[in-house]
Amino acid sequence: MTLLLQPVADPSAPLARRNPVAKLGAALLFSLPLIATLDPLTPALALAVELALLPFFGVRFGVLARRAWPLALGAAGILATMVLFAADRTGTLLASLGPFTVTTGVLSGALGLILRVFAVALPGIIVFATIDPTDLADALIQNTRVPARFAIGALAAFRLVPLLAEEWQMLTLARRARGIDAGRNPVARLRLFASTAFALLVGALRRGGRLATAMDARGFDSGAPRTYARRQHFRPADTALLAAAALTSAAALTTSILTGFFHPILG
Amino acid sequence: MAEVVLRNFGWRHAGRRSWAVRGVDLRIGHGERVLLLGPSGAGKSTLLAALAGLLPADSGESEGTVEIDGEGVGLLFQDPQTQLVMARSGDDVAFGPENTGVPAAQIWPRVSDALDRVGFPYPITRRTAALSGGEQQRLALAGVLALRPGLLLLDEPTANLDPAGGELIREAIARVGTTLILVEHRVEQALPLIDRVVVLAPGGGVAADGSPEVVFAGHGPSLAEQGVWVPGYPLPRHRAVATPAEALVRGEAVAVRDRLRPVSIEARAGEALAVVGPNGAGKSTLALVLGGLLAPTSGTVTAFADPRPPHRWRAATLTGRIGSVFQSPEHQFVTSRVADELALGPRRLGRPAAEVRATVDELLARLRLTALAEANPYTLSGGEARRLSVATALATAPRLLVLDEPTFGQDRATWIDLVALLAGLRDEGHGIVAVTHDDAFVTALADRVHDLAPAAPDPLPRRRRA
Repeated sequence: MTLLLQPVADPSAPLARRNPVAKLGAALLFSLPLIATLDPLTPALALAVELALLPFFGVRFGVLARRAWPLALGAAGILATMVLFAADRTGTLLASLGPFTVTTGVLSGALGLILRVFAVALPGIIVFATIDPTDLADALIQNTRVPARFAIGALAAFRLVPLLAEEWQMLTLARRARGIDAGRNPVARLRLFASTAFALLVGALRRGGRLATAMDARGFDSGAPRTYARRQHFRPADTALLAAAALTSAAALTTSILTGFFHPILG
Repeated sequence: MAEVVLRNFGWRHAGRRSWAVRGVDLRIGHGERVLLLGPSGAGKSTLLAALAGLLPADSGESEGTVEIDGEGVGLLFQDPQTQLVMARSGDDVAFGPENTGVPAAQIWPRVSDALDRVGFPYPITRRTAALSGGEQQRLALAGVLALRPGLLLLDEPTANLDPAGGELIREAIARVGTTLILVEHRVEQALPLIDRVVVLAPGGGVAADGSPEVVFAGHGPSLAEQGVWVPGYPLPRHRAVATPAEALVRGEAVAVRDRLRPVSIEARAGEALAVVGPNGAGKSTLALVLGGLLAPTSGTVTAFADPRPPHRWRAATLTGRIGSVFQSPEHQFVTSRVADELALGPRRLGRPAAEVRATVDELLARLRLTALAEANPYTLSGGEARRLSVATALATAPRLLVLDEPTFGQDRATWIDLVALLAGLRDEGHGIVAVTHDDAFVTALADRVHDLAPAAPDPLPRRRRA
């Protein structure tokens, strides 16, 4: 769990140094327009840009691959679904698997969807690999006027998440010690899972309550104006990053329209 | 430094019939260091919460007045895990000053000063998650001190810590120069930190007030009776009446990767075995392995002449032979009534209903829980929850009982009860294995002690320089 939450990028890389809010905004501005089209060219162009920018974010390819592997499962799922259920079976016949005919049309449709999944998800994965949660909370409060109550509250709650894994193990062992196990019965397994999850939730709420009291005792959310021990600045370079992200995405879409590949998702 | 004046103070939580604390008249002068005692339920924690301003007017009804003259109030709680807010140590200490609007330029000097005052040995970028319990509690104290309180309140600050961690935090408290109010069961360890003792009476008001010598001379016996660990009162010892019988469980070179180095150990019927050793030596892990809850990564465990190792047994078989009691009782509760908790094990073993009822009634009586039979286990006090968790393990009458820190954080009365109960079980022929830090427990009960070798020594932390 901790592994996924810690930033793993080189913090001195030129784009990793940008304001966390700017990085998040840029990822959104870049990804969202890509959803508008179903063609394979737009996401392919976007992916090329994303991979080319990797070194500027200080993220090594191996790190990206480790974090993005669940997407590969999604890709396999898309391929299987398209082979089984695609309505469009045009193009050259490539193979015939029983009742399912695999054509170039099916494959290009699947390829478009798979590229799209990667192109839309990677900016978020790259950017989060470079963001320290504390810096993000600071920037949200200082640069976007998110109330400290929410940003710091979420940050503190986040810190308790790794404890949940430990707690889950203890609860599971304690249930066995009480004579409760499910054996091979799937219904019993589900019930045991539900009761353990409920106990975990109750424990988490009690712990959260104690944390909230401790934060109150240290003057949190007392109405006094807060000061900032760590400054986050939103500089012209951050604005430029946002603009560049929007422009690059628009350029990919324009190329696809001009070359006739564009296939709008609506209509 | 601050001065505190309470006049006929009382507080009743919304929806409760009785007052949590009432009729308290108290004046605490600048720089006084007070130990606040009283049986559980006398309202010590409520009084601290009131002084810290943590009782909002709409959460109950108040009586009398509280006056605090001087700078702010800081409060340190029991559990370090739920007091740390930030991922990096320095950021966590800065959290309070940020909240109260200390100008940014003054925050980091204050952080550095607070960390020095508690003797925090690491750089400010140290991850809070990488600290031991005692170090985390030191850091939490620095976070409180960074607010420069004139009055420091400490609510059982060592209750969740092992002895080494407790020592760390007591050292840090000794250096603090503010007016101080400390709630702590373990009086002997608290004595060097304080110069005055105030005892709250269970029915309201102050039962005793004065220097430690005067208060303990006059009220020692009654305080000990109420469960306070008054120094100088001897504890009963229970020697085994018979020699140990056959081995119930035997571990040969059992090890768990990253948690327990190979150890050979045997637990016998009619014997109380104490497993001791420093933190990180894997005591709790060993308890889980012997209890049939965790598979060792190497070595073998044999028990009850069963060809299969205990961790492969079905859970119902396991509870009929080995009972495990966890360090934190709440982990083990699975029902919403105390009586159901006790009936659960025997029912799953298929015992007839009449027998289950008889077992439940007997255990309730034996562990003084009869009045709480209908209560929700999660609402019990620490001592009651501990007694219930032991009772649940006994309900299936296992020959072997494995306990992890059974006396941890218990008051004197519960402690004496538990030791007597375990001694009785041993003398009936049960085997007892207890993982413990508690020297008094080892002295009072253990027939044999197994000392786990310390883990590889940590390099000494280098002194932090800001």
